[in-house]
Amino acid sequence: MSLTGLFLVVFLCVHLFVNLLTLVDADGSTFNTVAHFMGTNIIMSVMQWVLGAGFILHMLWATVLTLKNRAARPVKYEVSTNSDTSWSSQNMFISGATVLAFLVLHLVNYFYKIKFTELIESGQMSEFELVTSIFQPQYWYFSVIYIISFILLGLHLNHSFQSSFQTLGLNNTSWLPRLKFIGTLYAIVIAVGFSIIPIFFLMKALL
Amino acid sequence: MDLTLKIWRQASAKAKGKFESYPISNISADCSFLEMIDILNEKLVRDNIDPVAFDHDCREGICGMCSLYVNGRPHGPDDDITTCQLHMRKFKNGDTITIEPWRAGPFPVIKDLIVDRNAFDKILQDGGFISANTGSAPDANAILIPNREAEQSMDAAACIGCGACVAACKNSSAMLFVSAKISHLALLPQGKAEAAIRAKAMVAKMDELGFGGCTNTGACEAECPKDISISNIARLNREFLCAVILE
Ligand code: HEM
Ligand code: SF4
Ligand code: FES
Repeated sequence: MSLTGLFLVVFLCVHLFVNLLTLVDADGSTFNTVAHFMGTNIIMSVMQWVLGAGFILHMLWATVLTLKNRAARPVKYEVSTNSDTSWSSQNMFISGATVLAFLVLHLVNYFYKIKFTELIESGQMSEFELVTSIFQPQYWYFSVIYIISFILLGLHLNHSFQSSFQTLGLNNTSWLPRLKFIGTLYAIVIAVGFSIIPIFFLMKALL
Repeated sequence: MDLTLKIWRQASAKAKGKFESYPISNISADCSFLEMIDILNEKLVRDNIDPVAFDHDCREGICGMCSLYVNGRPHGPDDDITTCQLHMRKFKNGDTITIEPWRAGPFPVIKDLIVDRNAFDKILQDGGFISANTGSAPDANAILIPNREAEQSMDAAACIGCGACVAACKNSSAMLFVSAKISHLALLPQGKAEAAIRAKAMVAKMDELGFGGCTNTGACEAECPKDISISNIARLNREFLCAVILE
């Protein structure tokens, strides 16, 4: 759980970095170059499978763990918990499942079009145009779904970052507050960072 | 104070239980929570109703016997106390108080609010000790222990085995309890020798008994009457991972 989770945490950093390149120049040439490089070099084509496996293992373990943990309390409480815990920590499966639902939409939006259609090769569209085409006012619902998902992803990360260190035993009384702080910061950077992109292109189209 | 108590009643382990409501009046704010249930029970006996069964012993916060899940919190609405240390001033006149037994598969209800916590003893029997020859008392200064380790070990040893951590956890995980026992022994030279076998044996027993897995929500630490820190859980994870990897 923690190892696959931390792997996904690193993946998100790379992904966010590449995506933010869409904002650096108006014609998206920087992003296109990097996206093309990502799509064609050998390391990335191997990592793509590792990433897929990372997601699948993470979700499998998450499901097994959640089912096992629910089964450990056959009779539920009448009054649900009033203990002092974060919403994130109590609802990891819900935030995770939302991320999964988003992932399906996201893969249909981009991955499928790039890998299984002639869209890019035929020169009809560049990677940059494909990105911006989704975040247009007439497809406002895509932007809304994306942003809501990023917020839930942020909530998932808010708990999970520090949690994975705790699971690996890399924690103590002085490091726990520090890791919690870094985790919250990371979650905000990811949620806000990814959200800026649809917001930017929507504003650009509208203004 | 006048209150309504909504209490889980279950005649035996096999019987089907349900909530019953009992009004109770004239309760002093200085009364302890368990005394309040004593008063209710006297009234129930007078009315020829079976009194509410609940666990208690020392009534001074040291034995770990009292339990009760009160309004969504083990040991009720106060921090770092057991139920016997809870006072009625924490409630308001007219409140309805819902009292439930600890809920966890490995802690089955025996009667009403009493659950069977033998699962904790079984975990201890599998590793919560050190192997040493008994005999005359050893020289107190023969083994030097740094103050920091001694303090951390004593903090972990404060665990009274009440089970509030399991009751509070959404996963019914026993990690805080097990980590307290592991830590208080592993931090001392006498306990270090068997640390690896102990960690593996106690974790295996805990899983076998049906406690859930820890997802680090921190509900245990928030509800532990002895303020056992979840950094002990990090230590347990460390001990366990090292034991498995080095095997
Ligand atoms: C980019 C996506 C994701 C990232 C970066 C991520 C990251 C993490 C991390 C770091 C952990 C903590 C592991 C630990 O405490 O040992 C975790 C736990 C978890 N994840 Fe994810 N995750 C992602 C997607 C998902 C998805 C799609 C699901 C869908 C079912 C999911 C469900 C869970 C669950 C149930 C837990 C464990 C429960 C808990 O610790 O409370 N995650 N995740
Ligand atoms: S760790 Fe705290 S809550 Fe858990 S059994 Fe020990 S004293 Fe009770
Ligand atoms: S009765 Fe002993 S701790 Fe409450």
